[in-house]
Amino acid sequence: MTLSISLTVNGTVQAVALEDPRVTLLDLLRERLHLTGTKKGCDRGQCGACTVLLDGRRTNACLVLAAAQDGASVTTIEGLAEGGQLHPVQQAFIDHDALQCGFCTPGQIMSAIGLLAEGQAGDDPERVREGMSGNLCRCGAYAGITEAVLDAQARLAAREDAA
Amino acid sequence: MNRFEFLRPTTIAEAVAAGARPGAAYHAAGTNLLDLMKGGVMRPGTLVDVGRLPGLDRIEHAADGGVRIGALVRNADLAHDPGFAARFPAVAEALLSGASAQLRNAATVGGNLLQRTRCGYFYDLASACNKRTPGAGCDARGGENRLHAVLGWSEACIATHPSDFCVPLAALDAVVEIIGRDGAREVPLADFHRLPGEAPERETVLAPGDLVVAVRLPAEAAGFAAHARYLKVRERTSYAFAVVSAAAALRLEDGRIAAARIALGGVALKPWRARAAEAALVGRAPAEAACREAAALALADAAPSGDNAFKIELARRIVARALLLAAAGTPGRLPALPASPFAALPGAQAHV
Repeated sequence: MTLSISLTVNGTVQAVALEDPRVTLLDLLRERLHLTGTKKGCDRGQCGACTVLLDGRRTNACLVLAAAQDGASVTTIEGLAEGGQLHPVQQAFIDHDALQCGFCTPGQIMSAIGLLAEGQAGDDPERVREGMSGNLCRCGAYAGITEAVLDAQARLAAREDAA
Repeated sequence: MNRFEFLRPTTIAEAVAAGARPGAAYHAAGTNLLDLMKGGVMRPGTLVDVGRLPGLDRIEHAADGGVRIGALVRNADLAHDPGFAARFPAVAEALLSGASAQLRNAATVGGNLLQRTRCGYFYDLASACNKRTPGAGCDARGGENRLHAVLGWSEACIATHPSDFCVPLAALDAVVEIIGRDGAREVPLADFHRLPGEAPERETVLAPGDLVVAVRLPAEAAGFAAHARYLKVRERTSYAFAVVSAAAALRLEDGRIAAARIALGGVALKPWRARAAEAALVGRAPAEAACREAAALALADAAPSGDNAFKIELARRIVARALLLAAAGTPGRLPALPASPFAALPGAQAHV
C-alpha cells in the first residue's frame, strides 16, 4: 500500500509517495530528493553524519522513518545559505579550519545550529564539546569544531544584540 | 530490514487493537527499533506508529509536587523542562547523560523504558542468544562479558538494561501507566522490567497490545530535590552506555539522613533498587563511612557473570560517591558533563 506524506524541505513543500514504508528520512533526502549534502556514515545513529533539523530540532535522519513524518519540516545543509551568503556557522567552520576530509561536516554544522538553538551551552567550551558529542570526526578536527561553534555563538549573539 | 505494514492509528483504542496482533510492534521515534530492524534483530510484520497519538506528549505538574509525564515526551524536552528539572534533578541529570543530543531530541519516555539491551551477542545474528531465540543458548557466558550483569543474572542471560533514565525513576518510586485490551492499569517502575530467569525473552510485564501511556513520579519524590544526583561511569567521556551508574537521593533533617533512595544502572537486566542500603542510612550523618557501608549493602548479593568482578567494586565506589555528592547538595545548574565522574566538583577549577 502506498503511503502519501507531505514534507516541507528547506522551505519547499514536497508531496512524497512511499511505495515501501522502510524508507528512512536520510534515504528519502539523498535518493529521492537528491539532497546528498546530508551524509550516510554509520546508518545506525552512532556517528551524527546524517544530522538534519526536523521541525527545528537536530535529529539523526538515519533513524527516522519517512512514513512517520507527514507534515514535518526538514532543514538540510543545502537550506542554510541565503542569497549566496553562508550561514554564520558555515562561515565559522571555514574560518576556524574545522574540517579535514569534510565528510562529517554537514552533520557537524547542522548539529551546531541545533546546539545554538537549544541555548544550553553558552560560551563554555566544555558544554560545547559535550553538546557536540553525537557527531564523530575521524579526522580529529574537534579543536577547530569547538572554536567554530564558540565563534558562531558569539557572532549570532552579537547579531541578536544589534537587532 | 524486513518488509512490514505501517499503520497510523489515531486513537489509543485503535493502537491497542492493532498492537495486540501477532508480529506487531509499536513505533514511536524508532531510535532503538530501527537500529534493531536494520540489523535483523527485530523483524516485526506490522509497525503500529503511536508517535502522533494525541494527548501523550504533555508534562503535567500536580499541585502536590508530583508529575505525570506522557509517554511521547521527548527525553530532551523532559530534561530541560524547568519545573521538572528543579523537582527531579537526578532524573534530568540521568537523561542528559544518555545518548547524544540528536537522539535525546527524538527518543521518547515510553521508548526509553522499552529499549533493548546492548549486549553484543543479542545484536549479532551469528551468536547464540536466549533473548533473541529462546533456547538457543548464551554466547555471552563464555565470551566478551566484562560489561555484563553482576546482579540478578541467570545462566540463560547475563545482559544488562541500558537505560539511565530508569535508574532514578526506580529510586524515586515512579509508576508506569499502561493501557491494554483489558483497560488501564499501573505498575511500579521497579516491577516493570523482569529479571531473566529461565525466560530472558520476556523483558517486561507488558502483555500483547499493552501500551505505555505515561510515567508518574509521586510528590514524595520531589522532597529529595535538594540532595539528588546521578553518577555514571562510561568507557569514554560522553555518548556511551553506563559501565556502572547510580542514582542517590537524600532527605536531610538536622544534619542526619531522614530518608534515602538508591538505585543502580548497568549492573542487571533492570534498574536495581537498593532498599537495604537505603534503610541502613536512616538516622546516620551523611559522611563517608555511612555511605561506604550502604554501598557495600547495595552490592551484597552481587556475583560476577564472567570477566566482570571489577564492576562490583566499581559499583560500590560509585554508589558511595553518588551518596556523598547528593549529600553535598544538588548543584544549581547541572555540570557541563552531566553525571560524569570527571565533572569538576563545586569550587574546583575548570580545565579547558
